[in-house]
Amino acid sequence: MSEWWTYSLSDFLMFSSRSYYRLIESYNAAIWPAHFLALVAGVIVLGAIARPRQHLQRSAALVLAAAWGWVAWAYHLERYAEINTAAPYFAAAFAAQALLLCWLVYRPGNVANAAPAPQPLTIGLSGLAICAYPLLALARDNGTWRQAEVFGIVPDPTVVATLGMLLAWRAPAIFWLIPVSWCLVSGATLMELKINHAWLLPVLALTAVLARVMRSKTPPDLNSIANPRS
Amino acid sequence: MPPTSPSRRHLLASMLAASSGLALSPLLAAAPPAPLLTRPVPSSGEQLPVIGLGSWITFNVGRDPQGRRESVDVMRQFFADGGRLVDSSPMYGSAQDVIGEAVQTLKPARLFSADKVWVSGGARGVAQVEASRKLWRVPRFDLLQVHNLLSWEEHLPLLLAMKREGRLRYVGITTSEGRRHTEIEKIMASQPIDFVQISYNALDRDVEQRILPLARERKIGVIVNRPFRQGDLTQSLAGKPLPGWAADIGCTTWAQALLKFIVSHTAVTCAIPATSSVAHVRENLLAGTGRMPDEALRKRIAQDVERLA
Repeated sequence: MSEWWTYSLSDFLMFSSRSYYRLIESYNAAIWPAHFLALVAGVIVLGAIARPRQHLQRSAALVLAAAWGWVAWAYHLERYAEINTAAPYFAAAFAAQALLLCWLVYRPGNVANAAPAPQPLTIGLSGLAICAYPLLALARDNGTWRQAEVFGIVPDPTVVATLGMLLAWRAPAIFWLIPVSWCLVSGATLMELKINHAWLLPVLALTAVLARVMRSKTPPDLNSIANPRS
Repeated sequence: MPPTSPSRRHLLASMLAASSGLALSPLLAAAPPAPLLTRPVPSSGEQLPVIGLGSWITFNVGRDPQGRRESVDVMRQFFADGGRLVDSSPMYGSAQDVIGEAVQTLKPARLFSADKVWVSGGARGVAQVEASRKLWRVPRFDLLQVHNLLSWEEHLPLLLAMKREGRLRYVGITTSEGRRHTEIEKIMASQPIDFVQISYNALDRDVEQRILPLARERKIGVIVNRPFRQGDLTQSLAGKPLPGWAADIGCTTWAQALLKFIVSHTAVTCAIPATSSVAHVRENLLAGTGRMPDEALRKRIAQDVERLA
């Protein structure tokens, strides 16, 4: 296909908002009550931010890796691919991020350490993703709780919670590439679907990136996940 | 291209409707519509209804049972009201499979199946056509088009060979949103294609300058996609009162007026609005019945839409 510059995002949007949220609804119904497990996973992530201790940091990284891996397979490959031909590529990206997060656990010397104390922004990002994101379904026109987007189950809240942890860990740029790219892709998709909170994901990504850049100016504590306070 | 030719049954229905004064009433709108006006495919003379059915976005519902049921309902209504041409593409996600399910369920007697080849490289085109045919659950396609001219130099000879061998009835090319019109013209002028699919509506009228006259000259059928600019046009006109001329041509909604504008162009064979609503498919098909605007009224429709949209 030549003349790529003549194409806009709407030319690639293949589905309606109705199909998109119905897909999430049927996915939620199919895996219920796995959401309780996702809630426990979310609590571990929040706990790691609130109390930066070694075992919690490692657990949080593993939880995030599992969440990215699950979303890659169960959401992108098994569900989203039904209506979006690009979904297998998204699945590959999410699987790659899961591997990166595993590497974070087992090669801890390669990343900056967790913040010495809980930061409001990191708690805010992950808290929003885990606690508030599911409620967005109710704020949307014709949205129902059955279409709730839950951390560890669907991509958007999983990515936002990860941004919070990456910020807390002062993770290097390579860990940010896929989450931030997803925020742009998903934000643009929601914009084309005319979803009223389409702006949220790109704004959260921008906020996290700016905060990371600001923090990079302060010397990091390179103690890493391997030796955080225990 | 010969003018729009209503069938005898349609003429009788129109006369009855006109004499009873019901042509524009909601009562008639709720009743089964009159048979659709048809236009001949220029290369064969076969009559095709002027309103077809697109499937971009609307039929891409994945495995959702409700979405699939609704899509089957839309196609049921489409065929019941006289529709024939259904258009899809491998690019449209699950749409081909959804159409196939409807074809299997409804077994439409007069389906005109129009699909596309959308893959880089000619060799992969053969496999894609066969995969598409299986998804549609049809013995063969009526029309195959090269989607957005992707690898057209390789696909077109393949499709023309299929036509020669009797495995395909018509061959075409497509574009949308006014892209690559120069190349489209070159292919129209040099290749023995039966159809060209383009975007055309009351606001996007570039094709009136060269492509539609060329189609008429070369006896190429014209299928019109995105008649409502993917819903943006009807949305921008929503709530705005229909001008007085709408009643003169039997339109009760902007969607019908927009469709009548398109299919009243004598070079156009049919328009393919997509919808997931049974009410909308009925509304669209009604636009293919009754009186069509003449050239003066077409200009006025374009002006009014430009002013109001």
